[in-house]
Amino acid sequence: MTTVEVAGVGLHPFGRFPGTSVSDMGVVAVSAALAEAGIGRGGFQAAYCGTAYGGVASGHRVLGKLGMTGMPIVDVEAGCASGAAALMLASSAIRAGQYDTVLVFGIEKMPKGMIRSSFFEPWQEEAGLAATPAYFALRAQRLMTTSGVTKDDLASVVVKNRRHGVHNPDAMFQTEVDASSVLTSRVVCEPLHLWMLCTPNEGAAAVLLTAGGPAPGRAAGRVRLAAAELRSHLAGPVLSESTPMSGTADDSVPPASTLAATAAYESAGVGPDDLDLVECQDTDAARELISYEELGLCPVGGSADLLRRGDTARGGRLPVNLSGGLLSKGEPLGASALGQVVELVRQLRGQAGDRQHPGARVALAHTVGRGANAGVSILTR
Amino acid sequence: MHYIRAVDGVVSRAAVASGAEGAAVVPVHDGLFDAGPPAHLLGSACDSCGLLSFPRVERCGYCGEVDSRPVNLPATGRLWAWTAVTTAPPGYRGAVPFGFGVVELDAGPRVVGRLTEPDPDRLRAHQPMETVVVTLHTGDDGQVVTTYAFAPTVPA
Repeated sequence: MTTVEVAGVGLHPFGRFPGTSVSDMGVVAVSAALAEAGIGRGGFQAAYCGTAYGGVASGHRVLGKLGMTGMPIVDVEAGCASGAAALMLASSAIRAGQYDTVLVFGIEKMPKGMIRSSFFEPWQEEAGLAATPAYFALRAQRLMTTSGVTKDDLASVVVKNRRHGVHNPDAMFQTEVDASSVLTSRVVCEPLHLWMLCTPNEGAAAVLLTAGGPAPGRAAGRVRLAAAELRSHLAGPVLSESTPMSGTADDSVPPASTLAATAAYESAGVGPDDLDLVECQDTDAARELISYEELGLCPVGGSADLLRRGDTARGGRLPVNLSGGLLSKGEPLGASALGQVVELVRQLRGQAGDRQHPGARVALAHTVGRGANAGVSILTR
Repeated sequence: MHYIRAVDGVVSRAAVASGAEGAAVVPVHDGLFDAGPPAHLLGSACDSCGLLSFPRVERCGYCGEVDSRPVNLPATGRLWAWTAVTTAPPGYRGAVPFGFGVVELDAGPRVVGRLTEPDPDRLRAHQPMETVVVTLHTGDDGQVVTTYAFAPTVPA
């Protein structure tokens, strides 16, 4: 079977850029990925663009500015996992032999404040039920009940990721915070304080994929995309990212992230114990801990222990969000999943500068959000 | 009549029937709830898989079969998760803070909704709750818009 390799990656920093259009951010990321791969006009046969707020023909606007159109350009919306959906489509097309070289990119320029989404019906908005952080808070409270997680643990996640973010020049926040500052920041929705929530923002990321040879004997320094899976939710869990108004009392229904992770582990032929580092969805501090459990990084109920042991901090057994995570970078929906891939490719190549995790060989990227959409990708070298 | 409660914003049956001071009272959306007594949510029961849905559906979202029939959901349940919304979410014109949570209805589904208690510290897990009808806001035309919510059950 055809393997998929990463020939180049590029990024526009994540943050707020009032004078820069979303297309121009895309141009920066795509140009960097193409330059790294040594590929120019006509060098890729298809392009997939992830974006949630970009609007009609977002991908065309970016590639039009580069004078690189003519091939199929497909815009993909899958909430927080939009970039992961684009990656899955591109990867699948290469595996199927449809294309040799495919460009994947994600772009976003989010409105400030609480995310407004056409996902909710007008009556839900009028009734105050479109309160996105409140759903995060309810998940956080359930995690505290089922896994013994405390508010101090939630603050620890923020402290950890912000500490990691200090070493990421592409992050929105590059300063450390201490736990007491996190816990004294404004309560948004109990138990979540303002600093425990990531900031919706702007940015772009691009990844150029190529068909590789058989797995052994890959070109030196090439990173392989061993799995790129996307899954949606199953009905049942009331606090699913599908944001239903009701659910069942059956707690055995697996969440979308577990479905995606299980598929990705199978595709890549690896398990959680093989991972060297992880970038996971940390929309809020509790979400990172939920991800530990849903991705199988620890047993269900074991996320607090994993965190408290320091395993997921820099220098630990399985560092999570060495990029600083969304808590440091902010979350441009269409770009965030591919931003994770860019980070992991640099880590696997040994190009991550001051935040380099030595000897990394197997890495996992995870995003999950509205839909529900969950994406899990596994990269190896 | 236990559903008429001295909780701010809870609309009594009398108000719903007559319209307080002649004002029209309208639900935020048709088909969600009945003011009772007792106030309760309108759901569906699937004759194929047996699961209950809210809001009401024609085709069951759990099994996909078209075997759903309308049912009145239990008026009471237990608190399963809760928080408070402190900033007005998009499209919302009512007051903040307000309570927000999930109640597991008796032998029924878990339902997301507003809570009449806006202080999370005054709520506890598994607390008995009942369905009530509350005022969301009054429009410029004097029309009172209501929705369902869950209130802690006051011991008789």
